[in-house]
Amino acid sequence: MNTPHWKLLTLVGPDRPGIVAAVSRVLLGAGAELGEASMMRLGGLFTIMLMVGIEGDGVHLKGLLESVRNEFKLRVHVDELNAGLHRRIDPDVLITVYGADRAGIVAEVTDALARAGLSITDLRSDVAGSEDKPIYIMNIEGVAQQGLPPLEQALANLSSDIRVTLSPIELMRG
Amino acid sequence: MALRDIVLYPDNRLKTVCDPVESFNAELRDFVRDLLDTCANGPGAVGIAAPQVGFMQRICIVDATRARHPVPNHGKLILVNPEITAWEGFAMGREGCLSVPDYTGNVVRAEKIQLRAYDLDGQAVSFEMEGYEARIAQHEIDHLDGILFLDRLISRGADLFQRKPAKGKAAE
Repeated sequence: MNTPHWKLLTLVGPDRPGIVAAVSRVLLGAGAELGEASMMRLGGLFTIMLMVGIEGDGVHLKGLLESVRNEFKLRVHVDELNAGLHRRIDPDVLITVYGADRAGIVAEVTDALARAGLSITDLRSDVAGSEDKPIYIMNIEGVAQQGLPPLEQALANLSSDIRVTLSPIELMRG
Repeated sequence: MALRDIVLYPDNRLKTVCDPVESFNAELRDFVRDLLDTCANGPGAVGIAAPQVGFMQRICIVDATRARHPVPNHGKLILVNPEITAWEGFAMGREGCLSVPDYTGNVVRAEKIQLRAYDLDGQAVSFEMEGYEARIAQHEIDHLDGILFLDRLISRGADLFQRKPAKGKAAE
């Protein structure tokens, strides 16, 4: 794979079947390569963040997607990257957080983790439970740049209503 | 030291069932020496299986002594015609593979296994393994059956289990 023109394409629009297929069909037709992606439904919207390898600039890429953008009422954003694919960083710790939903959980937890040397590589969160008693659930993966003890200490000092588990990710490569 | 080239997916040899070793001879010992060297040279590798260097026989290395943090282990093992005879429990862990560069994923494996195999002299050996070492053995023996960790991936988002609490009060 030697296409140097990698871009990060962000698409957001009302969720409905066929968005991914329509976008990828247009990109295939234009000779683009697709790389790593994160796509998920958030709050009734469908969100796509997709690495696209294609000649030309971001304006060109947006132009190719014009008909799909209109059809699916998407908002389109392109970041042109100097980097390419394969910039993976292997996380070495997994932190799971849950509690009765309230304002400030993410800020409190991520602030404590950042101070203790965590570089987040992946964060996913959900609000579950019933409407009147929502539960906040968050999975964080990251690199413990100062090792695990500072993270354990930081988590031990969180508010008592936040449940946290921390486990090392011991990569097995064979 | 003789390093063998690592076979990379999608090479079809990685999806092929390997043949049992029939002769415990000098040729086998020479090959295993290369396999050990190749494993030691692989970045962060704690095991390797013969088909990963294109040798389609049931031989693998399991070496939990190379784990980043110390784990229970039986040393550097050379397993010929290995066979898992018992499985117990489940554990999720993150795996990567020399034959699938630049990717890691979550895989559920048995927490404890019993296995029997032969050593380089053709003597029967057996081991009870747990945790990380058991994971290596399951990953490598899968290779001998043409199975990659990619065949066993589970979602990264849905893994709310099997962890120790980071706060004492969360343990109730």
